[in-house]
Amino acid sequence: MDPFHIKKAPIVYDAVVVGSGAGGGMAAYMLTKAGAKVLLLEAGGYFDPADPKYITQLKWPYESPRRGASTTRPGGDFDAAWGGWDIEGEPYSAKSGTEFFWFRSRMLGGRTNHWGRISMRFGPDDFRRGSLTGVGDDWPITYDDLKPYYDRVDRLIGVFGSVENLPNEPDGIFLPPPKPRLHELMLKKAGKSIGIPVIPSRLSILTKAINNERGACFYCRQCNRGCQAYADFSSSSVLCIPALKTGNLTLKNNAMVREVLTDPRTGLATGVSYVDTITLQEVSVQAKTVVLAPSTCETARLLLNSKSARFPNGLANSSGVVGKYLNDSTGASRSGFVPSLMDRKRYNEDGVGGMHVFTPWWLDNSKLDFPRGYHIEYGGGMGMPGYGFGSGIENLNGKVPGRDGKMKPAGGYGAALKDDVRRFYGAYISMSGRGEPVPLESNYCEIDPNTVDKYGIPTLRFHYKWSDAEIKQAKHMQDTFEEIIHALGGMPMGNKPGPETNYGLAAPGRIIHEVGTVRMGSDPSKSALNSFQQAHDVKNLFVVDAAPFVSQGDKNVTWTILASSMRTSEYLIDQVKRKNI
Amino acid sequence: MKRRDTLKALSLTSLGMAVGPVEAAVPEPPEPKPAVKLLPGRQKFEAERDTQLMGQKFLTPAELQTVTILSDIIIPADSHSGSASQAGVSAFIDFMMVDQPRMQTPMRGGLRWLNNKCVSRYGKPFAQLTKEQQIELVELIAYPGKATPDMKQGETFFTNMRNLVMTGFYTSKIGIADIGYVGNTPNEWKGVPDDVLKQYGLSYE
Repeated sequence: MDPFHIKKAPIVYDAVVVGSGAGGGMAAYMLTKAGAKVLLLEAGGYFDPADPKYITQLKWPYESPRRGASTTRPGGDFDAAWGGWDIEGEPYSAKSGTEFFWFRSRMLGGRTNHWGRISMRFGPDDFRRGSLTGVGDDWPITYDDLKPYYDRVDRLIGVFGSVENLPNEPDGIFLPPPKPRLHELMLKKAGKSIGIPVIPSRLSILTKAINNERGACFYCRQCNRGCQAYADFSSSSVLCIPALKTGNLTLKNNAMVREVLTDPRTGLATGVSYVDTITLQEVSVQAKTVVLAPSTCETARLLLNSKSARFPNGLANSSGVVGKYLNDSTGASRSGFVPSLMDRKRYNEDGVGGMHVFTPWWLDNSKLDFPRGYHIEYGGGMGMPGYGFGSGIENLNGKVPGRDGKMKPAGGYGAALKDDVRRFYGAYISMSGRGEPVPLESNYCEIDPNTVDKYGIPTLRFHYKWSDAEIKQAKHMQDTFEEIIHALGGMPMGNKPGPETNYGLAAPGRIIHEVGTVRMGSDPSKSALNSFQQAHDVKNLFVVDAAPFVSQGDKNVTWTILASSMRTSEYLIDQVKRKNI
Repeated sequence: MKRRDTLKALSLTSLGMAVGPVEAAVPEPPEPKPAVKLLPGRQKFEAERDTQLMGQKFLTPAELQTVTILSDIIIPADSHSGSASQAGVSAFIDFMMVDQPRMQTPMRGGLRWLNNKCVSRYGKPFAQLTKEQQIELVELIAYPGKATPDMKQGETFFTNMRNLVMTGFYTSKIGIADIGYVGNTPNEWKGVPDDVLKQYGLSYE
C-alpha cells in the first residue's frame, strides 16, 4: 500500500462531521435522526463508558500502581480523558511573552469524557455584553433564539437544578437536584450571612432515569471516569452511540482531518481529506455539506490550513478573523480548613460527580472595577483518597490545637500524625472562580510557519495575554474566597495569591473553556459565520463547536454548544429541504 | 474461546508435560514475568509504559530497607490500623521513583545525606542504629521550621518522605479503612444523616 496514494472513498455522504465531542455528537445525532447519511470522523479511538475494557469507575486507588497520579494523563490514571495538554507528536507553540495551554482529548466523545457536567444556560445579558457595557461585542442572536433549543437539550440529555428566577441565570427543565452535603449546607449558611447566594448546582447527571437507554445516577462522585450506567452526559454514550443505532451513521475513528476540500469553480466544500493515524493512509471523502466540530482551536487550524487559490487566507476567512478573539474562562482558587468539621461522623457522602451547590454571579459590574462576572464552584467532603492525600499536612497540623488543647510543632510523625489525619479528614473545603474574560482581537492562534505535527499538518502558534479586566476579576475572587472561608469559621490555607501571580489567575487554556476563534456575526467583513454558524463565504460549511461563540459568559459553555449545534443542524436540514444548499 | 482454540491450547499443554531427559538438561528459562494487571482504558503508550515500569526497581536493597524503616516511623501500627510497611508503602515509593524519575535524586541523595549524618554522629548508617538513635535523628528533621541550619536538607528530605508515605498509606486498603472512607459503592444519596444535622444545628428547611 502506498500511503501517499490518496484513497478516494466512492460514497458521497450527505454530511461529514469532524469531531465527536458535544458539538459534533449533537450534529451527528440530529442529522442521522433526520435520515441523512453521515460520516463522523474522530481523530482518536473508540470509547464506550459501558464497555468493561474502558471502565475505571468504582476502582480503588491501589488498583493503579501510581495510586492515580497524573504521570501520563492530567486528570490522573482513573480519569476517562485520553490526551491532555501535551500529546506526543502533536506540538503547538506560543509567541514570546505569551502563553496558551491547549488540552485535547483524542477519543470518541472528546472532552465530554472529562468535564464537570456543569450545564448552565447563558442568560439574556450574556448575548449582548457589547451594548450593555461598551466593552466587547454582541452576538448576532439573542437568548430567545436559543431558548427553545436549550429546552430540548434539557429534555433530551437531562440536567438537574432548581428554579430560582434569577435575571441572568435562566432556569431550565430540571430534574431534582441532590441535597447539599454537610459542608455545602455550611456554605449556604455562610453565604447567606454575607449576601452571597449559594444555590443548587446545575449538572447534566440523571438523578432520575429519563428513558430506557440510560440509567439513573448511583452517587459515586466519579463522572470524570465515565459512567457505565450512562447516567451523565458524554457525547459518546448519549449522542454518538444512539446516532450509530439509526443505521445512518458511519463512524471513522483515528481519522485526523488535514483539510476541508473545495471545488475551485463553485467555491463550495466537497468533503475533507484525513490521515488514518494507525495505517497512515491518506484518504479523501466526499460530502454535500461539511460540519466542523473538532474544538475551537482545531477548527481554526483546519480552516487556516485549507488554503487554495480561491481561498488564499484559508477557508471561510475572507474577513481575516479566523483564529482571533480566542478566549478561555478565567480561573482562580483557594482552599480552607474548617475546624468545626474536625472529627466528623463517617458516612458515605460521595454524591454526584461534583458540587451539589454553587454561587452564580451576584454583583453588578457597573459598580466594580472590572467588566465581567464569575461564578464559584465548591469542593470538599469525605472523598475517596487519591494520589497526594495527606501531602502538605505540615502546613496545617502546627496551626490547630491537638486533642489536649495544646499546640504542637508542624509536621511530625508516628501515632500522633495518624491521629491528625483522622481528625482533619473531611474538614477541608475548596472554591474555584470561573469567570468571563473580555475577548480580544490580540488573543489569537495562527499557523506556525515553521512547524508541522507528526502527520505533516502545520501546527498552531498562540498569542494570548490576560488583560487588566481578568486580573482585577481574579483579585476580586481571592477577596471573596477569604470572606467566605472566614464566614464559615475556617482558616484559609496557604498564602493569599497577590499581584506577583496575577492573584492566582490560571494561565490561558488551563480552564479548558476556550471559545471564539471562528466568530459568528451579521457583518461578513468582521465575522466568519452567520447567525446560523454557516460560513459567510461557503454556504455548505458549518461550525458547531465553541469556535463561533462571540463570548462565553460566566457560564461553562457545553450546554450552549449543544443548543447551538442542535439549532444549526435543524437549519441545515431545512436549507437542504428548501434546496438552498 | 472457540472449541477449536481450546483443543489447540490443550495440546500445547500436553506437549509441555512430555519433557524428555534431553530437554530437562537444558537450563530452565527465566521465570515468566507475572502477567501485569493493567487498569482498563489505558492508551497504547500507557499500557506499554506501565508494563515496562512494573519490572523495574530503582532503590537498592539497602535503600529500600532504610525507606521501610522511615515509613514505619512515620506511619507505625497503632490501635486503629497497621503500619506503612504492612500497607506495602515501600513498593509504592519504589514504583514512583521509576514512574516520575525527577523524584530519584532527592530520594537517593536524601538517603545518602541521612546516612552520612548518622555515620558522623553514631558511626553507623541509619538502618544499623538503635531505635532510640533513629528517633533522635528523626526528631532533628521532622518539624519544618524547627530544624537547625545544618539539618535543613534533612528537613526537606523528611517532608518529602512524609508526603510519599502518607499518600502510599492512605490510598491502601488499610489506610482507607483507617480514615473511615465508606464510599465508592453504588448507593442512593438521601442527604446528611439527621443526627449529624442536629449536631451542627443545620436543616434542609
